[in-house]
Amino acid sequence: MNNISRRRFIQWLGTASALGALGTPSLAFPNTGARIIVVGGGFGGATCANYLKRFDPSLEVTLIESHKQFYTCPFSNAVLGGLYDMDFIRHDYNKLQSKHRVKVIQDNASTIDPDKQTVHTTAGRTLSYDRLVLSPGIDFLWNAIEGYDPAASLIMPHAWKAGSQTRLLRKQLHEMPNGGVVIIAPPANPFRCPPGPYERASMIAHYLKQHKPRSKVLILDAKDQFSKQTLFQDAWDEFYPDHIEWVPGSQGGKVTAVDAKHMTVTADEEKIKAAVANIIPPQMAGDVAHRAGLTNDKGWCPVNQKTFESTIYKNVHVIGDASIAGKMPKSGYSASSQGKVCAAEIVAALRGDTIGASSWVNTCYSLITPDYGISVAAVYRLSDKGIVGVKGAGGVGPRDAPRATRRMEAIYAEGWYRSITADIFG
Amino acid sequence: MKQKSWITIAALSTSAALVLPATTLATDYRPAMLANPCAGCHGPDGDSPGSIPSLKGLSAEEIASGMKAFKKDRRKGTVMNRIAKGYSDEEIDLMAGYFSRTP
Repeated sequence: MNNISRRRFIQWLGTASALGALGTPSLAFPNTGARIIVVGGGFGGATCANYLKRFDPSLEVTLIESHKQFYTCPFSNAVLGGLYDMDFIRHDYNKLQSKHRVKVIQDNASTIDPDKQTVHTTAGRTLSYDRLVLSPGIDFLWNAIEGYDPAASLIMPHAWKAGSQTRLLRKQLHEMPNGGVVIIAPPANPFRCPPGPYERASMIAHYLKQHKPRSKVLILDAKDQFSKQTLFQDAWDEFYPDHIEWVPGSQGGKVTAVDAKHMTVTADEEKIKAAVANIIPPQMAGDVAHRAGLTNDKGWCPVNQKTFESTIYKNVHVIGDASIAGKMPKSGYSASSQGKVCAAEIVAALRGDTIGASSWVNTCYSLITPDYGISVAAVYRLSDKGIVGVKGAGGVGPRDAPRATRRMEAIYAEGWYRSITADIFG
Repeated sequence: MKQKSWITIAALSTSAALVLPATTLATDYRPAMLANPCAGCHGPDGDSPGSIPSLKGLSAEEIASGMKAFKKDRRKGTVMNRIAKGYSDEEIDLMAGYFSRTP
């Protein structure tokens, strides 16, 4: 036995006798058997539940998710572009249950009592936890754009949560006349998936160019700058010069009102008629985080950026789009990366241990055409200013990259999707 | 009794390589914590189901030399040149060792 083995062995002896005192002498690992509830089965929550069991199989991990199936926002733009069917972006929780031993409850977490450490559900359950992880994603600031409320979203879809909204937007694109204008209205920062609206514009333009060539996409933006901007605009000049027009906020792009009944969108005091209007409204942390009192005055959840434990309530962690995670973007990859770190921090904390320094990764591909992809990537570390990207690493691909690189990035985009969904749900 | 328990631990330790090590040595978490985010592109345990190269089945030397070549731009890639620059050579060795030990 070498020194390290001996030390582990001695530590194990100590833990084993402590566990023995609790009446569980048969455990070979200092497993805790703690009860962890994860709310939200998206990229953050499903990853966290999966990796909690992986790190400590003795944990009792319960995932509360209101949907039986999960449609991913990633690749929903490619569905709109006609590259894939809805089936491609649909996932379920079967393997999370059967293979990874996560208990999945199809229900809705309505209220949380952080003092009693309980979660109440709309179906009437009361569940106790030792640690709670919230990964509630986003909800919308209805009426921040005048006239854009839940009813309007059934006529002018946001499609910023995938599923029925994606289907609706796709149906509208199929049914609109050749020559009609598709308006996409992205919000100001921060919001879910910063490059998403611009990939969507590309994929819708790809569809229009083939099927409705006299139509175009008009992006009415609340911002003057956006993610991967140079690479997007270079590619639009090449592929979609007649099919995409971008109007920045300072040049009248900011949408202030919509009239769903008459299909008009108001920007710069001008009413513009749309054949299809995809309004992506300003966002906030998912509703349950607000009901639990976990949000700040801007509507997002402040957390300790090492452990993702809420700075408001102990033993409650918030990950994914809802959390304030330093410089990390609100993306599926970020949420999944956070889910793993959060899982490890929880397992270590339950053992009275620490995992030391963590790192996170975000890699995000956007498709311009089926054969032309672009990417942004970063490695993140914790600094005294919170989570920041490692200097000298990451960023977008080079502007002068050869066509073969763009083609590879389109191929890798799909590879990424298959890998991350296998890692989370498989 | 102690000896028997130790054998049980040893067996569990090898069969459950993915479980976080049951130790208070903080350094033992590093390889897993560095390697976990890689699965987002390279698949669970580096086993890629799609077009992105798998890490599973590669030796530690193959993974580490590849990463270091990307880092120094001696090997052309797409995102890997940008990602590899985020890690020290020591960290690359730890990650490579982790993936090479994955069953």
